[in-house]
Amino acid sequence: MSVTDPSSQGLRAWLLTDTPTSRRHAKLAAIYQAWLSFKGNHMAMFGLGILLFLVVIAAFAPILAPQDPFIQDLGERLLPPGSEGYILGSDSLGRDILSRLLYGSRITLYIVTLVAIIAPLAGLFVGTVAGYVGGWADVVLMRITDIFLAFPRLVLALAFVAALGAGIENAVLAISLTAWPPYARIARAETLTIRGSDYIHAIRLQGAGPMRIITKHIWPLCISSLVVRVTLDMAGIILAAAGLGFLGLGAQPPSPEWGAMISEGRKFILDHWWVATMPGLAIFTVSLAFNLLGDGLRDVLDPKEGKS
Amino acid sequence: MAMASNISKGRRKSPFLSLLVKTGKTLTTVLVTMLGLLFVTFFIGRVMPVDPVLSIVGERASKEMYDEAYRALGLDKPLIVQFLYYLRDIVQGDFGISVRTGFPVANDIKRVFPATMELATLGTIIGVVIGVPLGVLAAVKRGTWIDQVARVVALIGYSMPVFWIGLIGLLIFYGILGWIGGPGRLDIFYEDMIPSVTGMILIDSALAGDWTIFKNAFSHIVLPASLLGYYSLAYISRMTRSFMLEQLSSEYVTTARVKGMSEAAVIWKHAFGNIRVQLITVIALSYAGLLEGSVLTEIIFSWPGIGSYITTSLLSADMNAVMGGTVVVGLVFVLLNIFADLLYKFFDPRAK
Repeated sequence: MSVTDPSSQGLRAWLLTDTPTSRRHAKLAAIYQAWLSFKGNHMAMFGLGILLFLVVIAAFAPILAPQDPFIQDLGERLLPPGSEGYILGSDSLGRDILSRLLYGSRITLYIVTLVAIIAPLAGLFVGTVAGYVGGWADVVLMRITDIFLAFPRLVLALAFVAALGAGIENAVLAISLTAWPPYARIARAETLTIRGSDYIHAIRLQGAGPMRIITKHIWPLCISSLVVRVTLDMAGIILAAAGLGFLGLGAQPPSPEWGAMISEGRKFILDHWWVATMPGLAIFTVSLAFNLLGDGLRDVLDPKEGKS
Repeated sequence: MAMASNISKGRRKSPFLSLLVKTGKTLTTVLVTMLGLLFVTFFIGRVMPVDPVLSIVGERASKEMYDEAYRALGLDKPLIVQFLYYLRDIVQGDFGISVRTGFPVANDIKRVFPATMELATLGTIIGVVIGVPLGVLAAVKRGTWIDQVARVVALIGYSMPVFWIGLIGLLIFYGILGWIGGPGRLDIFYEDMIPSVTGMILIDSALAGDWTIFKNAFSHIVLPASLLGYYSLAYISRMTRSFMLEQLSSEYVTTARVKGMSEAAVIWKHAFGNIRVQLITVIALSYAGLLEGSVLTEIIFSWPGIGSYITTSLLSADMNAVMGGTVVVGLVFVLLNIFADLLYKFFDPRAK
């Protein structure tokens, strides 16, 4: 991805120019310069690398997995890591742990992606409307936000899943329901600073309605602070999803969800440590990767925080 | 404290009146938030696919018995009336009877809450004792390897699935090394041997002067408390660092240095003195976080606290217990938040 070979020096200079010639040029230059400063952050690059690796694994799980993750072979149960045909060992039903981990990455990505779309969008909507409309709408919407913020997140998610029934989709809903309030707060704060600015007045004078102003002129400006927050929250989302899976309220067996796999391995932890250890390592690696990435993104996208 | 009162004296408005108004506003906020909290819990309780009547009268009850119980529970009334009944009961401290344990939920909560508090308190102490110096050090040595290590330590803390690391901890320190007590608060042998005063075994056994039990309880709590402590350490050290950086870059610190004060005095007396209020707020928030965050830890360590109470009740569809537990945790959470907020407003003249 880096631009180092001589033939692209022209492009590089074009991207690093101080005097952009068009709007697109300026935008591309800004993105490229952000990328350069991001690239200098080794830990963030490391996180990004792990996540790209995860995406590849999830995409090619059927090719990469040495065995079918659902096929049970009781003769081969609880084999230690390094056994023939079972690199990371096998679980209590003789299923290959490595294959299950590979397939499990799909579930993790699925949950994280859905929550990372639903929660910020809901928060963005609530926050910008509250901030732009103001008055009673602001008071009511922010009170509701506060109520959801007041709830302990995991407990609320637990109660919601219990009410909706266990399953991946409901886990996604429950986590989203607990995750949106901070986004609403951020979006509202951004809206309040933007609302009074001259260019919003100018657009309003041109006859733009509130819907257009919010969606076309306020939302784009809220995105960067939301993106940072989402990336930092991803790890929390993964841990919450795995926690629900661990409690038996998320993905249901025989689905190879990592949290549920730990819960299965819990019974054998003293004699067969690998059954619970491997999926835990996977969860830890992915959430660490998100945290590293988020930390680096914050430095790049949000200079005032990055200095501190 | 002296500083705060001096400043408010300098104002024209009566400080008492403004305090009263502020308290009134805060109280309204708390009440509205609590009402919302109760409404959400009530709503969840109604949506639950569990028939509260069946769980009381049983599967084989006659139609009349069922209807009678249905009416006795007030389920024939409109939802809003039911909600008001629910509010009335809660205000009177009545959370209903737990179907699983057979006791009133309020009694159950009184029994399990101290266990959670004991765990969260010890965890917070660990987090503060290690996290604050680590944060200060990272800020002072900004950009060096110490700062990087502190950063990685915190990021690892944020990324660790607590239920997994708890299992691994049990495996290593209990299963293999045998250094600590296993799951639970005490060895079975010692259960119920100490009169319950505070409900926190460490304090109760110390009060009774029974150091054998104290030692046993400590060997049980040390691992879960350390894990929770690590979490709060991660958060507290990051916040301390960023507060300290803000202070260290301000001019009065430069002035103090120019005056020739020792570096230790500059850091601990000047800069650290100014972040204490912010720190207390952060610590209160992290304490609230631990109270709720201990759900998974409690389950791993079979710790009989409110987290495992809610979860086990949930799995056996014991709605009264779930709702009661959720309300209590939510309440404590709100109160701690408000407390942190008030503290901040009270001690920091800038927030006025």
